Amino acid sequence: MSWLIQTFSSSIGKKLLMAVTGLSFIGFLAAHLAGNLTIYAGGAAFNTYAEKLHALGPILTVFELGLLVFALLHVITGITLFVQNFKARSVPYEKDRSAGGRTLSSVTMPYTGIIILGFVVFHLINFSFVDKSDRTIFEIVRSAFANPVYMIIYVVVMIIVALHVRHGFWSAFQTLGANHPKYMPALMVLSVIVGLMIGFGFGLLPIYLWTVR
Amino acid sequence: MKKLPKRINLTLKIWRQQGSEKKGHFETVAARDISVHMSFIEMLDSVNEQLAMEGKDPIAFDNDCREGICGTCGAVVDGRAHGPQKATTLCQLHMRQFSDGDTIVVEPFRARAFKVLKDLVVDRSPLDKIMTAGGFISVNTGGAPDGNALPIAQEIAEKAMDAAACIGCGACVAACPSASAMLFVSGKISQLALLPQGKPEAARRALNIVKTMDVCGFGNCSNHRECENACPKELSIVNIARLNREFFKASFFSDET
Repeated sequence: MSWLIQTFSSSIGKKLLMAVTGLSFIGFLAAHLAGNLTIYAGGAAFNTYAEKLHALGPILTVFELGLLVFALLHVITGITLFVQNFKARSVPYEKDRSAGGRTLSSVTMPYTGIIILGFVVFHLINFSFVDKSDRTIFEIVRSAFANPVYMIIYVVVMIIVALHVRHGFWSAFQTLGANHPKYMPALMVLSVIVGLMIGFGFGLLPIYLWTVR
Repeated sequence: MKKLPKRINLTLKIWRQQGSEKKGHFETVAARDISVHMSFIEMLDSVNEQLAMEGKDPIAFDNDCREGICGTCGAVVDGRAHGPQKATTLCQLHMRQFSDGDTIVVEPFRARAFKVLKDLVVDRSPLDKIMTAGGFISVNTGGAPDGNALPIAQEIAEKAMDAAACIGCGACVAACPSASAMLFVSGKISQLALLPQGKPEAARRALNIVKTMDVCGFGNCSNHRECENACPKELSIVNIARLNREFFKASFFSDET
């Protein structure tokens, strides 16, 4: 099995880990968003969705454990890549200009990533590891977003997530070797669209909940 | 139409470093009376003559063919590897790209893998190490094969040729925010992986070359696409995707370790 360790500790192997886990998170976000959209149908619909989800029992637990493993892989590999890349340019340039490749989204990947990590912990404390014995999940969510500070934090972080996804999505395909002249231009556009969908999809919810508080 | 000024005066803010173990610093040097038809390298020659006249140490820089095909020259000019013009080596960058009175920042290619030897001269031998690790094919000598014994489609030959256009200047490493050598490596992998002559050793080549690249201390590709925009031969990151595929094929599906 030494070949497997060797593969995943190589630079391309680490990128493979980032790509596979990252694409999985985008899949997770799509499912998460689909569930959250039930909020627009009212508190009852959202509570029913949450109950049905938790009724999955062990399947949900397995899924959550999988997410946790993927998150650990994505975070640890990401930090390793960041440190290695930082060291690889030991002396920074006095003047550093783009040749036309980098984007705001690509250069901020490590920083948006760290913010998202912090947010995920904050988000889980808010809505997952919370006492739900006397209140429904919708009541918890509604009372949280009645607070403008929460609303603003969530909206800002969703913009950051959108930025992270905008570079991450097409980048994952490139890393997997899926760069083809027929599909890559469309994939680059799709990357922006997926970023926007996630940004707007999640970002409008706290604003909506705040307005109907 | 306004006539171009024949001669311009510039201020160079240029990196000076006595040796690899010495501490470097920026020095302000005047470049006076520079013809706009000079190349950047010729401008440095002219500045060096001036410095020699003043009894000062001339600026050390690498150069050889001065026609953009050898890959020896290179520096980061105003934050861009090989300067502001696309698809151009430093020796083919002409001074008409600059205006009278400009201050130009000139720095060596920066990467942990490229040690500064003196001023703008860096040690790019890690790229040679990568070539030694797998940038070749092994051929048993014998009678020359017939011209068309190995059919290769024109489009494939063109793709291989595009990858082989790499002159190994190291601008991709210099331009990459992560100082990664992936575009260089992908050029070498692609030019050989696309052709039948390169296929027998493809798996071993991919594994050895990537291992050597990592050991040399280059960064990891982050898909910023700075490399393909800085490359004087305009190699595309399509080659990097091919390198990744070759590496995965070799790692997961070949007998090589």
